[in-house]
Amino acid sequence: MNNPNFDLLMFARGPLFDIALLVFVAGVLIRVVEILILGRKKDFSKAKGQPVQQGIKTIFTRTFPRPGAIKANPITIVGGYVFHIGFFIAFLLFVPHIALIEELTGLSWPGVGRVVIEGATVLAVIAGLALLYTRWKDPVRRKLTTWVDYLVLILSLLPLITGYVAVNKLFGDPTFMMALHVLSVDILMIVFPFTKLMHAFTFAMARYYNGSIQGRKGAES
Amino acid sequence: MPSSPLLPKMMKAHGVSRRSFLKYCATLTSVMALPPAMAPKIAHALETAPRPSVIWLSFQECTGCTEAITRSSAPSLEELIFDSISLDYHHTLQAASGDAAEHAREEAMKAHHGKYLVIVDGSIPLDEPGYSAIAGISNLDMLKETAAGAAAIVSIGTCAAYGGLPQANPNPTGAVAVSDIITDKPIINVPGCPPIPLVMTAVLAHYLTFGIPELDELGRPKAFFAESIHDRCYRRPFYDKGLFAESFDDEGARAGWCLYKLGCKGPTTKSVCATVKWNDSTSFPIQAGHGCLGCTEPDFWDNGGFYKPLSAPAGNYRRVGQAAVVAGVAAGAGGAYLAKKNKAKALAEHETVDAFTLEKEEGES
Repeated sequence: MNNPNFDLLMFARGPLFDIALLVFVAGVLIRVVEILILGRKKDFSKAKGQPVQQGIKTIFTRTFPRPGAIKANPITIVGGYVFHIGFFIAFLLFVPHIALIEELTGLSWPGVGRVVIEGATVLAVIAGLALLYTRWKDPVRRKLTTWVDYLVLILSLLPLITGYVAVNKLFGDPTFMMALHVLSVDILMIVFPFTKLMHAFTFAMARYYNGSIQGRKGAES
Repeated sequence: MPSSPLLPKMMKAHGVSRRSFLKYCATLTSVMALPPAMAPKIAHALETAPRPSVIWLSFQECTGCTEAITRSSAPSLEELIFDSISLDYHHTLQAASGDAAEHAREEAMKAHHGKYLVIVDGSIPLDEPGYSAIAGISNLDMLKETAAGAAAIVSIGTCAAYGGLPQANPNPTGAVAVSDIITDKPIINVPGCPPIPLVMTAVLAHYLTFGIPELDELGRPKAFFAESIHDRCYRRPFYDKGLFAESFDDEGARAGWCLYKLGCKGPTTKSVCATVKWNDSTSFPIQAGHGCLGCTEPDFWDNGGFYKPLSAPAGNYRRVGQAAVVAGVAAGAGGAYLAKKNKAKALAEHETVDAFTLEKEEGES
């Protein structure tokens, strides 16, 4: 006799995780390595400013919204922050996740308690839903949005929702919900390299290029 | 069969007071999550019920389940309950051996056809009958033959309930659980490696008094297998606070912090270990400082390693990860090389055009 829920969990953290890891790691590396090797066309003109310094500076300065941006798009900016910070607290400070990262890489750090993790999760989900809503409601943004954008946002929210449900045993068999949680992460890892989720790795390069181009021209960013 | 003494007589013989008997009935009532008013009913049923004939079949097992049920503190009421059934065949406990033993089984089957209870511990090998046989009878044949006239079957231990250790990868004997073979009889699974003695006797008491208990989707009595060990664990507050032992002898382990990172399977394991506990409610594995192995769940032996955290991947991720790094870097470099080559080729093949040629071409067309 088998426990189908546990078998699903073992599939999600066994063979499917292996496939997801392969697609995720290889996919991200293919894109990042290709971008780095291709680089940008060499600019032979004499730099009027400091391209490297401005490039590095831009990586950090673009983390903060430009003046007036919060007023213009409060939900996008605030929701974006809350979602990202909440997601990373839940992902990187929940001890079972740290145990997973330690198993994969040998790196470990202390985690935080359940109140913080679950608070961050709830806020991140609310923020994600708000972002989804404004994207759908605003006619301009709606025109700019492809189905992949919706898919990516929903796939990013699923691990948070399923994890919360599984840990708190809100509904369904807890082992089954845990299997769904791991499955949702596997799927997120598989689509990662092929979608805009790649921004998690490419944002620094893109900001550096932008900053260095402006810096070469003598502008400050 | 000779007329069987009822429980009160047995109690007298063992020097057990009625008070402790009633206490035991109350314990059973509470561990089975029955209303307190049921306690006198259980006591009455146990006192008046004739001893049912029980045939205990031991197949591919380690005798740990029998050890557990007999090694409860003496003279235990668990033992008494066991005495209160007519254990007609149990090849570890019975005095008879050889043909006499087999005759006892056959006689019990004949005399109580359709009424006797079969208890099985151990899994059944299907690959080769000779892997496990008793008195020349293969386990498979003996189970089929004995189950045919049984009122119900109780699969004691994870081996009988789910295949257990003998079924662990690569399952050399083709071991299966009782429920994989017998499908036309009610089967109560009491998994555990071994099951808690009180749970075994409580299930028997329930069967004697109220019949088959309510079972979950894995055939386990819900009274004992409805909640996870994690939810009832006394170390749970540390899990909630984010305090975890990193090794078996660090500060955290000494302070009694959560054993999740050391591989505890409490969150996915359903059993009453954390509340009923073992050895007269003295302790249970997590209290002794070791994580739960998940022994009441199917395939617990193969579920990703006893000392690996539940959240850690269970597959061949290290090799896959290394291969992915090599393949990713190589493919990325290859892609960049191809792109550069294409660019160079396009540049080389680019034909320059001047206004004069264009005008000339236009004039011709």
